[in-house]
Amino acid sequence: MALRLFARLATAALLAAAAFAGSGPANAEDTIKIAYTDPLSGPFAQVGDANLKQMQYIIDYINTQKGGALGKKFELVPFDNKSQPSDALIALKSATDQNMPFIMQCSGSNIAAALIEAVDKHNSRNPDNRIIYVNCGAVATELTNEKCSFWHFRFDAHSAMKAEVMVRALPKDVTKVYLLNQDYLFGQSVQRDVKAALAKLRPDVQVVGDELIPLGKVKDFAPYITKIKASGAQALLTGNWGPDMNLLIKAGIDAGVDLRYYTMYAHLAGGAVAIGPGGDGKVRSVMSFNENVAPEIGNKEAEAWTAAFREKYPFDFYAAGFRTIFEYLQEGIKKANSTDPTKIAFALEGLPHKDFLGYDTVMRKDDHQLISEYFVGVFKKGVKYDSEKTGLGWGTEVTVLAKDLEQPTTCKMKRPAER
Amino acid sequence: MSADATQRAALAPTGIVAFGRRYWLWPAAILAALLLPWLFFDWGTHRHSGFVLTMLSEIALMSVFALSFNMQMGQAGLLSFGHAILFGLGGYVTAHTLNAIKAGSMWLPTELVPLAGGVGGLVFGAAFGYVATKQRATAFAMITMGLGELVAASALMFMGFFGGEGGISTDRVIDTSLFGVPYSSPWQVYCLVVAWTAIAAILMRLQTQTPLGRMANACRDNFERAQFVGYDPRMVRFYQFTLSGFFAGVGGALYVLVYEIVTFDTVAAAKSATALLATYIGGAGSFFGPVIGTIVVVLLQSGVSLLSNAWLLYVGVLFIIMVMFAPGGLMGIVAQHAPIARIGRLGDLLVPYIRILAPGVLMVLGFVLLVELASFTTIGAAQGKDFKIGHVVVDPHAALPWVAAGAALVGGSLWLRLESRFFRARWDALIAEAKARGAIL
Amino acid sequence: MEVFLVSLLNGLVYGMLLFMLASGLTLILSMMGVLNFAHASAYMLGAYFAFTISQHIGFWPALVLAPVLCGAIGAAIEMYGLRRVHKNGHIAELLFTFGLALIIEKVVQMTWGLIPVPYRIPEGLDFSLFTIYGTHFPAYRAFMLLISALMFGAIWLGLTRTRIGLIIQAALTHPEMVGALGHNVPRVFTTVFASGTALAGLAGVIGGNYQVTEPAMAFTMGPIVFVVVVVGGLGSLTGCFIASLLMGMIQTFAVVLDYSPADLLKWFGLTVTSSTPFHEVLTVPLPRIGALLPYILLVVILVFRPRGLMGTRET
Repeated sequence: MALRLFARLATAALLAAAAFAGSGPANAEDTIKIAYTDPLSGPFAQVGDANLKQMQYIIDYINTQKGGALGKKFELVPFDNKSQPSDALIALKSATDQNMPFIMQCSGSNIAAALIEAVDKHNSRNPDNRIIYVNCGAVATELTNEKCSFWHFRFDAHSAMKAEVMVRALPKDVTKVYLLNQDYLFGQSVQRDVKAALAKLRPDVQVVGDELIPLGKVKDFAPYITKIKASGAQALLTGNWGPDMNLLIKAGIDAGVDLRYYTMYAHLAGGAVAIGPGGDGKVRSVMSFNENVAPEIGNKEAEAWTAAFREKYPFDFYAAGFRTIFEYLQEGIKKANSTDPTKIAFALEGLPHKDFLGYDTVMRKDDHQLISEYFVGVFKKGVKYDSEKTGLGWGTEVTVLAKDLEQPTTCKMKRPAER
Repeated sequence: MSADATQRAALAPTGIVAFGRRYWLWPAAILAALLLPWLFFDWGTHRHSGFVLTMLSEIALMSVFALSFNMQMGQAGLLSFGHAILFGLGGYVTAHTLNAIKAGSMWLPTELVPLAGGVGGLVFGAAFGYVATKQRATAFAMITMGLGELVAASALMFMGFFGGEGGISTDRVIDTSLFGVPYSSPWQVYCLVVAWTAIAAILMRLQTQTPLGRMANACRDNFERAQFVGYDPRMVRFYQFTLSGFFAGVGGALYVLVYEIVTFDTVAAAKSATALLATYIGGAGSFFGPVIGTIVVVLLQSGVSLLSNAWLLYVGVLFIIMVMFAPGGLMGIVAQHAPIARIGRLGDLLVPYIRILAPGVLMVLGFVLLVELASFTTIGAAQGKDFKIGHVVVDPHAALPWVAAGAALVGGSLWLRLESRFFRARWDALIAEAKARGAIL
Repeated sequence: MEVFLVSLLNGLVYGMLLFMLASGLTLILSMMGVLNFAHASAYMLGAYFAFTISQHIGFWPALVLAPVLCGAIGAAIEMYGLRRVHKNGHIAELLFTFGLALIIEKVVQMTWGLIPVPYRIPEGLDFSLFTIYGTHFPAYRAFMLLISALMFGAIWLGLTRTRIGLIIQAALTHPEMVGALGHNVPRVFTTVFASGTALAGLAGVIGGNYQVTEPAMAFTMGPIVFVVVVVGGLGSLTGCFIASLLMGMIQTFAVVLDYSPADLLKWFGLTVTSSTPFHEVLTVPLPRIGALLPYILLVVILVFRPRGLMGTRET
């Protein structure tokens, strides 16, 4: 009886769904839609949320000040993937259903790997409905090496490049370093890459400790600090992010150990607050941008642009580097003179571009890896723009130019036949 | 004459008719599953909506997973916090199998690939079940939680089997189909998923009728008595756990066929929680409960999350309301109407339902508006979205929407309180009547 | 020796923090049978309340007010929520707290934002108490130890020396009997739930600035607390205390001991090479899995001793 009743309800629901489907919105093709998928809810929401707000600001700027592309405006369509690859793939389906030319994703190499595979298969199975995957922050080196794809463009330096930047920033007097990383693909690859970069650039440096920790499980880093202290290390090199990085640095500063911290993610949202004033001059981070770069190199226009963001939003504009991404998309579309993903993808290959700070960058044809300048910032007092109202901010210590950062790739790119 | 004949047929159904009357829902459900995507078919481009197909596939495979979870929770009273490890490991085995087939080192028809996942789930189910089923109740729950954490952590640490963070990706187009179907389009895969979902559901339904299924119920309700009858509750738990591992593995295999990748989050706690929530929302006491729950949960996760930033909050509130007011889940609510339907007085509830619907809707609207307003002032505002209802832009900083929302919430709940008294009275009267006429079994 | 002593101190501090969190849950779980998933959320709320209060009137009032607020919320949850759900069974109660945890997380995100808040150690305690082999021992850690020791003492005295404490103790082991003796068991439940939540709130007040106050802190702290409670055993505060210290020590010392199963096998004359089956698992050094040891311990203990270390009855 209950079942029959339920069946009646279900029928009603089906009819309702049919009615809904019938009245589905007709898609107006007046904007260039970019599907953006990252965690927007749950414990890792801060990553996606902060990125989304900054991208929105950049897109507004590109649309209003730089005139979009081909007379159309860019539109960002957010999808919450809850850090789950399956949800990211559902977002991908939505994007292809609506013929969006781009899907963009920034955090999590697991999701990136899933997207690369899925986009690759989708594009080969549906030649009339292709899509480009814009990677804005999944940095596992293999994504543009063994796993490289014609449809995947990475606009952030991969972990081997970041490791090299980090090693280049090590001062001459540091000869003993300690590595501590999260025990998963990214952390393991940072561990490997840093060692390789040390062997190549700084053979005098000795690795006195090398540690992997389970991702997000360690609640008290004091024991690690004790061990690092006992090893006599002068610098700690880590690819940790999120709580694993915040707690590590906090524990180190609390214990008053004389250490320099070289990180990859301390400059992201929440980092400055977690480090606090105690970290003055101790913490460095490998970054694509910080708000003090523009005043330091005297680029008034870029400075005014980033300062305007600070007036509008209560948090740092650490992801202003994303502007390069949208400028690339804009130029790619203009060069292809079409919003057809295949044409855009060919147009993007090998495209050079002077970014808004005035540095030369190029989207390398061999592996679709953006080669751009990179910075190492130090968290200190007395910078022009402070971070998260702590009074301290990121000042640039080292700038590595694109031409110095080019690393070989093992990618064997398979390009589609027709143009 | 015809009315007479129908009545007689209804009174004395025989053979195929009786069977059809009892089980008509099964073919109907399968048919509905196969027809539903065509409602969203784009006739202009002759393309299925990939989003709808993926969503429906997700519902189907998560249903298998939730049903297998209910084999433990509903049937055997075993609350597991780590059921996803069986799902995920089944998925990993499937991915490796697919890759092996693709590489030519083994042969298996695409249609039978889910069996590989099932066997994987079975083997791991036996291994973990051996440890976990030594205990029951809370101890069992805690062991499964520990195992879940360990497997999830291992999946990130060990590259060989799990492929690390990138997971194991695979290709379902392996050209070994028995029917010559390439399985390159989502529609073909969807058909396969529906078929396997139906097979798995039928098998699980049949399993409830077997001696093992019955003994699992007995051990759930009173394990000491089951012991006196001469069964070893531990072995019953073990077999039930292992079998449920098989079906979880099938679910994992379908996951791999749909997404063509399996990553560590398939074994993580969040997946296990999804099964638990789906089962409870749908109703653990009924066989179809987990399926209904899965539909609701997946729609919430993939549908509402597109619309609202605060979807997790709604999920939380929904659970709390369900737990407080409908402990039997959605199927439980439906089942409560059975005696009234049996005496043919369901129509009498129509007016009371309409009367509580209005304040209910008002209250929900008020609440949603309030949450959205709050969420827009704190989080959503700067994501560059305007708060729109239809085409009207609402300014979350003005006082009016807040007042309206608050009024709707408070007014709605007061009104609902009033109406629910009327509803209660009507309901009690009908139930009393059903009782008097012997319609309550 | 140097590393050993410092590690001992570290383990002690972390263990005591765990104890503060777990003691409340032990009370709730043993007595009411509720696997309270919102317990870590109370920890988070405690930290956020303390942050807001300390911005306005200072850290010391927050130390008192925030736990009281948490306790009040706990009491409300028990009286208006859990009590109604109780009749639907333990799984319903568990899901109720699960739903609460989701709601609390979202509300915290909506109130205080998604990124960490600058909840800092009060200036009066922000100095180094003593230096041991060149490592500072922050005064705040000593303060944490002090608070948790005081709390342990207070709970212990409260449970053994007061009338309500005796009833609670009795209800820990024989809840039905206590009801049969005519005590108001629902009120006892409310008291226990409120004080359990308040204890978690207190842990949040002093743990929030020791760690980082952010919306994910409940999510990451949740499972480990369950481990402590279950390993310690139901119905035993002493067990909980021992288990907390044990977990603190295990995780601390695992970091310093660089051994792997392969080293153990070497003792038996077996050498692990890259061709040995499972070599990936066998060569994992202890520090790499240090944070996972509690879960291994949990599984092992429950399989062989389901009542936990000191438990008075089976879980």
